[in-house]
Amino acid sequence: MSEENKDNWMIWEVFIRSRNGLSHKHVGSIHAPDAQMAIKNARDVYTRRSEGISIWVVESEAITASSPDEKEPLFTPADDKVYRHPTFYDIPDEVGHI
Amino acid sequence: MTKELSLEERFQQYVDAENKVEPKDWMPEKYRKTLIRQISQHAHSEVVGMLPEANWITRAPSLRRKVALLAKVQDEAGHGLYLYSAAETLGADRQALVKDLLDGKAKYSSIFNYPTPTWADIGAIGWLVDGAAIANQVMLCRTSYGPYARAMVRICKEESFHQRQGYEILLTLVRGTEAQKKMAQDSLNRWWWPSLMMFGPTDDHSPNSAQSMKWKIKRKSNDELREEFIDKTVPQAEFLGLTIPDPKLKWNEERGHYDHSEIDWEEFYDVISGKGKCNKQRMDARNKAHAEGKWVREAANVYARKQAEHSKQSAA
Repeated sequence: MSEENKDNWMIWEVFIRSRNGLSHKHVGSIHAPDAQMAIKNARDVYTRRSEGISIWVVESEAITASSPDEKEPLFTPADDKVYRHPTFYDIPDEVGHI
Repeated sequence: MTKELSLEERFQQYVDAENKVEPKDWMPEKYRKTLIRQISQHAHSEVVGMLPEANWITRAPSLRRKVALLAKVQDEAGHGLYLYSAAETLGADRQALVKDLLDGKAKYSSIFNYPTPTWADIGAIGWLVDGAAIANQVMLCRTSYGPYARAMVRICKEESFHQRQGYEILLTLVRGTEAQKKMAQDSLNRWWWPSLMMFGPTDDHSPNSAQSMKWKIKRKSNDELREEFIDKTVPQAEFLGLTIPDPKLKWNEERGHYDHSEIDWEEFYDVISGKGKCNKQRMDARNKAHAEGKWVREAANVYARKQAEHSKQSAA
């Protein structure tokens, strides 16, 4: 391993706000030795065609993700709770828009 | 009695139902390996693909052509980065992938081992080489691995300008002097067959294709894609008033496709195995660029380290 390989650049996840009023959206990842350079690299790689007006970078290692194995216990309980949606309730048409 | 499904069978069902596989999902080891190999080869192709065109940046005939070519080559660098990132989501190590390329262990698209002696070649590359790449990449927008599919969507969006700028270059040449038209024809003569080879061996000689199709990594076979490309490209050549270098090329009314001559597969395998005109030149150029960028990478590391120390001190 060379000196360079010991300093393997960290991976950063890149989030971009495409325009005012919208939230930042994950677009991909980038390599950089620190956050400032991650933003510079993300700017070059992900916004060459005016795709954004704001960039967030987060070290990939700092993200904790739910495990795909937990998909069922985490998310299926919401599936049968139709009463959480407005269409569950019967309102006569005459009432108009509620 | 319901049969207990193995993990692999469940994976196949999941993919068959057109679900996308995401980085942390369980996947067969061979699916992971196939993808790492394919995505990294794709990334290497983008990176090496900058070289034949970069050859002409300083000699582009006008400022308009020059900014377009610069932007295109810059896109290709970006596409390489998207793809390396996608390979990393599968657990591949970026530096190891790059090292394999520099050591000559990894493959990249053999088309980039052909030389670009004339300006018309820049037109032919955009039109044919990017055209063939786009056909393949449009298909890959629907590949089963999520990060790869998303990278492809981004790449396809950016690539459509590449093909148009290439076609425009040729269109300008064929409307120019006799010498310019000849130059355009000559480049078509040299790039036509290698472009058809870009889709890979025929289906019956492509051993890994069946499994890749089953896993929905590939959505169309090599021959299907090649046929689509030919059908689309022949009328474009006619519009340019150029002749495709294949005496047997003929519309087959019954099949609804063009018939064409046999591809010289010997040439294809020769170029892959290192006997192309520019294999050595390309690898030397990559290694030189990597070596010459070493001080930049080191300086960035030192700078990052110092910045971190400064902020620690000022916080204390």
